[in-house]
Amino acid sequence: MTVRRIPVSPLSPRGAGALRRRLAVGALVLASLVLITLTYRSGDDGPLTGVQSVGASVLRPFAVGFERIAQPFRDGYGWADSLLDARSEAERLRAENRELRQRVIQSDFARQENESLRRLFEYADGPRFPEDFDPVGAEVIGRPPGVFTRAILIAAGIDDGVRLEDAVVTADGLVGIVTRVANGSARVQLLTDQDAAVSAIDLRTGATGIVLHARGTRETLVLDGVRKQDVIRKGDEIVTAGWRAGSLSSLYPKGIPIGEVTSFSQTDTDLFQQVQIEPYVDFGALDAVIVLRPSERPQ
Amino acid sequence: MNAAEGLRASAVLFVAAMLQVVIVSSLVVVGGAPDLLLVTVVALGLLRGSVAGAVFGFAAGLIVDLLTLETLGVTSLVLTLAGFWAGRWIETTGRGRRLAPVIAVGVITVLAGAFAVVLGYMLEEDVAVRHALVTVLPPTLLANLVLAYPVYVVVRSAVHERDVLEPAPEVEVLV
Repeated sequence: MTVRRIPVSPLSPRGAGALRRRLAVGALVLASLVLITLTYRSGDDGPLTGVQSVGASVLRPFAVGFERIAQPFRDGYGWADSLLDARSEAERLRAENRELRQRVIQSDFARQENESLRRLFEYADGPRFPEDFDPVGAEVIGRPPGVFTRAILIAAGIDDGVRLEDAVVTADGLVGIVTRVANGSARVQLLTDQDAAVSAIDLRTGATGIVLHARGTRETLVLDGVRKQDVIRKGDEIVTAGWRAGSLSSLYPKGIPIGEVTSFSQTDTDLFQQVQIEPYVDFGALDAVIVLRPSERPQ
Repeated sequence: MNAAEGLRASAVLFVAAMLQVVIVSSLVVVGGAPDLLLVTVVALGLLRGSVAGAVFGFAAGLIVDLLTLETLGVTSLVLTLAGFWAGRWIETTGRGRRLAPVIAVGVITVLAGAFAVVLGYMLEEDVAVRHALVTVLPPTLLANLVLAYPVYVVVRSAVHERDVLEPAPEVEVLV
């Protein structure tokens, strides 16, 4: 015995419902594909850039509001997360663990935030701040979801003088670069993004290379392209190289700390050394950053 | 869906999108972060059917892409398909299952993760497939499974369940 499905007429109520459903989802998928194509192919000058900028500006106050509400929870999570890490690293972090517990007993999240901002201001006013740049302080208000993207959303944009490819730092070191900018917000590609690359220099030896994200890791960096004859040591400080060639110059100012060498190795077959770097910046706990705005650029 | 329910559903979705961008994406545990927005869209699809799921998925994706200045349409595409699939599943073979929210969230999280990898590859992102599927996906899946039922209950309290059952297809017996 066999059974056969009776064909449904598109004019019957059931057939019309199926047709409506397919049309609806087809239209939405098509709309998504059109948006992707327009955004992707037309780059930063495309017709959707303005729309996106206005949309981001409209949504920004909500994001800032939610960020204010979420901050204590985020801090609590940060504490719990660092506590878990501490447990796995025995003696050295046991002391840190105790300190963290004491901090929780005292816990004053507002004080921590103020401290973080004060450090940024001290850095901005201090001698380590790059010459020829003005600081634009910005709160971190979000992170795009996604597997590949390592980025943050900050509450400063075109209105504050932020432009594409402005470098972003904290008192600890280099954070990344502005890759999208709207009127009141900007997207910062972190150094740990798979597309990020910074020309860098070993402060002790002068060995140069390109700092890249170490594939398959979350927050580890590598210094690529270091010649075999350069003598790298564990603990060497890596900073931005900040080169200039004619009218072309590096996106990053010279001398911004990136991290320190944690390990290095070389094989007979590789052309260059493998140098691993631990970044100074804790990319998972960014609350506020400074955008470096070139002083010569009109606001 | 009447206007009041539509507004309530939109509000739930908006709050979920904001929470996702502002805090949930930062909650990285063992390499992966929960996807509250995906879970919410799946819950809406299960409660309101395939078309509503697709529409809410599209809108949610648009909010995220606008707010985070990402490539417009990428998140919309993933969430549209997620909402549609969840709704379609409950309209057909998923009906009456007690664990429907958990099953749907589990399956859709894996499919959405794989689809995001393919999409990233097509858009010339530097796709680390192993990192995405081995390091990030399992903890994200686990976190989403934990969130699935509580989020479903919250969304159901805001948006009433529609009778999304579709009559079984008619067949004739051939002797």
